[in-house]
Amino acid sequence: MSVLDKVKLWGLKKSPWVYHVNTGACNNCDIEVLELLTPRFDVERLGVLLACSPRHADALLVTGICTRQARPRLQEIYRQTAKPCLVVCLGACACTAGIFHDAWHFAGPVDEVIREVDPDAKIIYIPGCPPKPEAMIAGIAKALQDL
Amino acid sequence: MQTILIVVAAVLGSIVLGLLFSWVDRLVTARIQWRKGPPVYQPLADIVKLLGKETVVSESASLWPFLLAPVLGFAGVCAAAAILWAVAINPDASFVGDLIVVIYFLTFPSLVLILGASASGNPYGAVGAGREMKLVIGYELPFVLAMVPAIVAAGRALSRPGFELAGSFKLSAILQAQQNGAVAGSLAGFLALLCAMAVMQAKLGVVPFDQPEAETELTGGVILEYSGPALAMIKLMRAMLLFVLPLFIITVFWGGVSLRGWGLLATPLKVVVLLVVVVLMRNTNPRLRIEQAMKFFWFIVTPVAVIASVLSAYA
Repeated sequence: MSVLDKVKLWGLKKSPWVYHVNTGACNNCDIEVLELLTPRFDVERLGVLLACSPRHADALLVTGICTRQARPRLQEIYRQTAKPCLVVCLGACACTAGIFHDAWHFAGPVDEVIREVDPDAKIIYIPGCPPKPEAMIAGIAKALQDL
Repeated sequence: MQTILIVVAAVLGSIVLGLLFSWVDRLVTARIQWRKGPPVYQPLADIVKLLGKETVVSESASLWPFLLAPVLGFAGVCAAAAILWAVAINPDASFVGDLIVVIYFLTFPSLVLILGASASGNPYGAVGAGREMKLVIGYELPFVLAMVPAIVAAGRALSRPGFELAGSFKLSAILQAQQNGAVAGSLAGFLALLCAMAVMQAKLGVVPFDQPEAETELTGGVILEYSGPALAMIKLMRAMLLFVLPLFIITVFWGGVSLRGWGLLATPLKVVVLLVVVVLMRNTNPRLRIEQAMKFFWFIVTPVAVIASVLSAYA
């Protein structure tokens, strides 16, 4: 690995900006995501910021099962995101579809929907209903270590 | 050769100090909210990361203006920084009208954001560009008017019996006029300083004047479509402005920069005071609506600047 790659990787590890995509969540995971920004957890000390647009994002934080309506939009958002980027499947629904597995509006697990666009996408899973903020921080930290 | 050295020092110094100041901004913001805040290398890590990422240009964007805009803005701030540093290091480097040139270069970031956002082909970008344009219309007049007390004081300093000068646009003359007391020491100068500080807040694009970006309503507005190195340029430009604008205000109103004797203590103190005011204003105010911001600049700041420039005749 060249020095330039190392510097790039350092930047990516120290400043992951997150874009929050709700593909049909019950809002429970989303509220837990907001807790990450509060003084108690304060993820800005790790360089994590909520980005306003997928153009600025380094990680897509996907919550909820991928519904039929959300599916093309999720793929479009992934295409719009500046690469390299991570996809974080947050919560039981995004990881496996959870209790909605047999529901009529379910359009495929998030990871498969993303892999249709980009077979090499880096996808990490943080299970839980909803996952605790500590679990989210641990998950993202582990993902960044493995980059 | 010396010129090149000064330009390089000015650009590098402004980048380093600007990144440091934007860290201070984020840290103080975090502390006000009872958070711990990011580490000192955070702004640098953001820039490094953005430089390593892909630049996405949408199909509806017009490529050249979109990508050229951040470069032009960065160059404009670099030029303003170079002139200010050159005058601070060696007053002989000042030339006639350099005050006007610096004012022009300091409008570059806003103009360039209007250009880039209009070229981005994004409706939010268009709304952001419109707001930025309105802000510029609002604050440029009081900003120029606020310079009048300093210009008049400089003219007075250069005047000799038989050689009367109404004013001087040379930064070195303004510095010379302040050797026996800052422009801000007089009532006119103080009012002008207050106006300039209000305008500084808008030029930096921070709350309460961040309508062009407005991440909660326009999701980034003028910078929405930028990614990768182009976004890094804009972030760097903003960070440099955080140092260059206080430097400009100190040069014009507050006795200039000096690193000899007491100046070694006083100069950083002046910069810190200006920075703290910006950060506190940003953290204790809500975002104004765009017409409220224009009313503020036209009906409060402009009259105060007019009063200051009239008063400066009677100093």
